[in-house]
Amino acid sequence: MRFAVRIDVTHLPGVLDPQGATVERALPALGYDNVADVSIAKTIRLAIDAASESEARAQVDDMCRRLLANPVIERYTVEIDHDVPA
Amino acid sequence: MTARVGVVVFPGTNCELDVVWAVEELGADAELLWHGDRTVHGVDAVVIPGGFAHGDYLRTGAIARFSPVMDAVAEHAAAGGPVVGICNGFQVLTEAGLLPGALQKNTGLTFVCDTVELEVVSTRSVLTSQATVGAVLRVPINHFEGNFVCDDATLRRLHDEDRIVVRYVRNPNGSLDDIAGVSNEAGNVVGLMPHPERASSLLLGSADGVVLLESMLAAARSRAAAAV
Repeated sequence: MRFAVRIDVTHLPGVLDPQGATVERALPALGYDNVADVSIAKTIRLAIDAASESEARAQVDDMCRRLLANPVIERYTVEIDHDVPA
Repeated sequence: MTARVGVVVFPGTNCELDVVWAVEELGADAELLWHGDRTVHGVDAVVIPGGFAHGDYLRTGAIARFSPVMDAVAEHAAAGGPVVGICNGFQVLTEAGLLPGALQKNTGLTFVCDTVELEVVSTRSVLTSQATVGAVLRVPINHFEGNFVCDDATLRRLHDEDRIVVRYVRNPNGSLDDIAGVSNEAGNVVGLMPHPERASSLLLGSADGVVLLESMLAAARSRAAAAV
């Protein structure tokens, strides 16, 4: 089965997000004085062939830990879409 | 005895010849180590130079840590061999887990290219053994992602174990605790954002980096002598 996967990599809480902070400072210049908590994240999409959703998830978790996210500064969430056409 | 220094080259590395030149000026032999080789060819010290290894794709250093040569670099480090990561090389060493923390985008999202003042904090590392604590060195920086971060427990350990090697006198990038370079526990693996090889001759505007390179070469020479 083929699964469509979306991984969102965001900053860990408490770790400064320099891109988010810069955008947050820029928005008031456009008149948006009511914006807070801007953060800039990374989205990674991929397709994976696996026997089951749990197998796909386990492999994606492994990829995130080893390469796609840096646990020192980042955390990630994984969304899996069922059984997409190969 | 002449020390042999290996300088690792990834696709996108661009400071390797500066390091080779500086090291040879100081009387050592230098050779380039291709990232696809599974060996460091028995060199006495390894330098991971600056640049944009693997295009800095995903995160700086994230892909480079999986290059075949990195296992050999880790073995060399585990055996006590000197390893120095400069700029992008520092980023590679943190991603590889050979040094703690991470380097993220500079505060204010500015690329900084400047000569800065560094204060020597520890002389316990292979990069500062011949320097003096408190000495201020003028060394160039040239980076977008030099903003060192780590969690509180790691920062405490770095303090307690005397592993903060150099600090910025005036913080140029938002780095935690003004940290410009750190070492591993044993002091034989060091990463720093500033480029000592670009401060290795008065012709370049500063020779303050020489004491750092000489420290590394001293460690390399004693390793070479011990291997005989």
